[in-house]
Parts: sequence; structure tokens; C-alpha cells
Amino acid sequence: MVIYGVALLALCSLVGLVVGDALGVLIGVKANVGGVGFSMILLISLTTWMTRRGWFKPVSASGVVFWSGMYIPIVVAMAAQQNVLGAIKGGPLAFLAGTIGVIFSFALVPLIARIGRAKRGEGK
Amino acid sequence: MNDLIHQALSKNGLLTGFAVVGVMIWVSYFLSDRLTHGRLHGSAIAVFAGLVLAYVGGRLTGGKNGIADLSAFVGIGLLGGNMLRDFSIVATAYGASFDDLKKSGLPVVIALFAGVIVSFICGGLVAAAFGYRDAVSIATIGAGAVTYIVGPVTGAALGASSEVMALSIAAGLIKAILVMIATPLIAKSIGLDNPHTAMIYGGTLGTNSGVAAGLAATDPKLVPYGVMAATFYTGLGCFLAPSVLFLVTRLIVPG
Repeated sequence: MVIYGVALLALCSLVGLVVGDALGVLIGVKANVGGVGFSMILLISLTTWMTRRGWFKPVSASGVVFWSGMYIPIVVAMAAQQNVLGAIKGGPLAFLAGTIGVIFSFALVPLIARIGRAKRGEGK
Repeated sequence: MNDLIHQALSKNGLLTGFAVVGVMIWVSYFLSDRLTHGRLHGSAIAVFAGLVLAYVGGRLTGGKNGIADLSAFVGIGLLGGNMLRDFSIVATAYGASFDDLKKSGLPVVIALFAGVIVSFICGGLVAAAFGYRDAVSIATIGAGAVTYIVGPVTGAALGASSEVMALSIAAGLIKAILVMIATPLIAKSIGLDNPHTAMIYGGTLGTNSGVAAGLAATDPKLVPYGVMAATFYTGLGCFLAPSVLFLVTRLIVPG
């Protein structure tokens, strides 16, 4: 049944978000720490394990696949409710503060990715 | 008659959301195909169109939630809100490879710290260049350059002025919007075409909505990897900015 997939997805999401909130409280931070990440790991582990035992049938999987396919539309809806006016109103200071950080962060990506590759190479 | 339509749209908000976004995506993919021959991904155009709509909504209502502040479009707010966003992001993990995730563990931790610290320094320097000389304001604006959640959390913890808080949130919003638009354009030049680099990218840039939309417009297969790493970024920022990073700032700028 399609609902099994949707329910499993909802369960994983909820558990992950609770863990993320709890972790935030634990380290004294007013934010969810890694909630979605924990949800994802839980979903991958559970579906892999259940598929192997034949408990997670393709019909159930379609409940997960549907929501994964809705991801881009949801992101578009998310973009449509950003405070774009507020961002523009912040003026040159906000613009530069945001932009320069992004430029440096983008520049770091290939550098850090290389460190990772080198480390992985050594391991083998 | 107008009232009738308006009521139907706002009463059935989520359905309106599905319909509006569906049309937006269709038009965007059409434009992507015809005008750019697929070079600019359809979803990149759709995200940009969403941002334009958000601007129009802000202009019309003066509110903070873009087009969702218009009562006929409240459903866009529900469709693109945190709950469904997290739900569908988690769903993208289905089919992701565990091995790819495990291999990138340490580099992702490096990426998270480097991303938060570099963004904080950049934001702080800009604040200083614009004449701010107190550690609280500099740290709050620096934290805003991390993400628009880290900014106000830090500002509230340090007792920053509301003017500085607003600037800090605006810096974070600029970052998120820029990451959405720029990622598909520069993906090739930073080698963003594999799960490993996607995780590094998510860890370094970290702004959840920016990473989510940026990767969607680059290659939807990379979404779970980037988002998985980015999900730790705001938390790390909220942890570092009001504590270690603020203390270092105060050492440099006493007062």
C-alpha cells in the first residue's frame, strides 16, 4: 500500500527532527542540529533492511518516490515565500556581507574536495 | 464572481499551490528548452521566477512571506513551508548510497567549520568596513552572513540592536538567494558533479534553502548528499557564532 511508504517517510522525518531538536537542547543551541540528516540516514537504513527482507514492496516505495519527485516544486514554492524585499532593503552592507562570504565559500569547495580525495586515496 | 474565485483559491490553499507551481514549472521548462536549449536548467528558472514572485508579494503586502502573504496564495506558504520541505528532502535520500556518505565524513566536518568561519569573517569585515566598531554588531552581522537563522539567534544572545539584527537577517537572505541562483551557473567550475563534492558543497555553503534549490537546479541526484551535510551547518553556526567566534571578535575589537 502506498500509505506504508508515506508513513515510513513521515516516521523517519519525525524521529530525525526530534533527535535534531534534542541535540540542539543538549549543546545549548536554539536550532535543530542535523535533524534532516538523521531522518535521511534512518530512511536509507530502514528501507535497505526492509527491502532485503521483502517487507518494503515497490508499491510502498512509490509513496516515498512521489514525495521525492515533489521536491523541486516544493523548493519553487519555498523560493516564492522568501523575504526578497527585506533582503534588497538591507542595502549594500547586507548585499556585500552575504555575497563575499558566498564567493569565498564557493572557492573553498574544490580545495576541500581535493583534501577529501587525497585522504581517501591514502586509505586505500 | 471575483470574490467567489478568491474564496475558492484561499480556502483550498494547498490545491492552489499545486496548480500555481505546476504552471510555473511548465513555463520554466518550456523557456529553458526554447530560449537556452536546456543550458539553463528549467528548475533554475522556476526558482528564479519564485523569487520574483516573492518580491512582487513583498511589494504588494509589505509582509515577510513573499507571495504567500496574499490571501489567495496562502497555499504556496503551506506547500513551500518547513514541514513539507523537510518531508520531501528526506524522501530524496531514498536510493542514495550509504557508502558515498560514509567516505566523505571527515572532509565534510572540515567543510562545515571552514564554511561557518569564513562566512563569519567576511560578514564581520564588511560590517567593520561600513563603520561598525563594536564586537556585538560585528559578530551579529558576521553571523548573518553564515545563515539568516544564525544571525538573529546570535544577535538575540548578544543583545544586538534591532537595526543590526535586520541587517544580519538581510545578509543571510542575500546569501540564500545568491546560492540558489549561482550554484547551477558555477557548478562545472567547482567540479560539482559527484556525491563527494556535493557533500563538501553542502557543508561549506550550508544555507539550507540555498543548497536545496541550488542542487535541484544543478542535478537532482546530488540533492540528498548536499542537504545531508548542510543540515548540520546552521546548528554549528548557532553554536560557534555567539560563543567562540564572538569571543575572538571581542579580542580584536574591544568594546
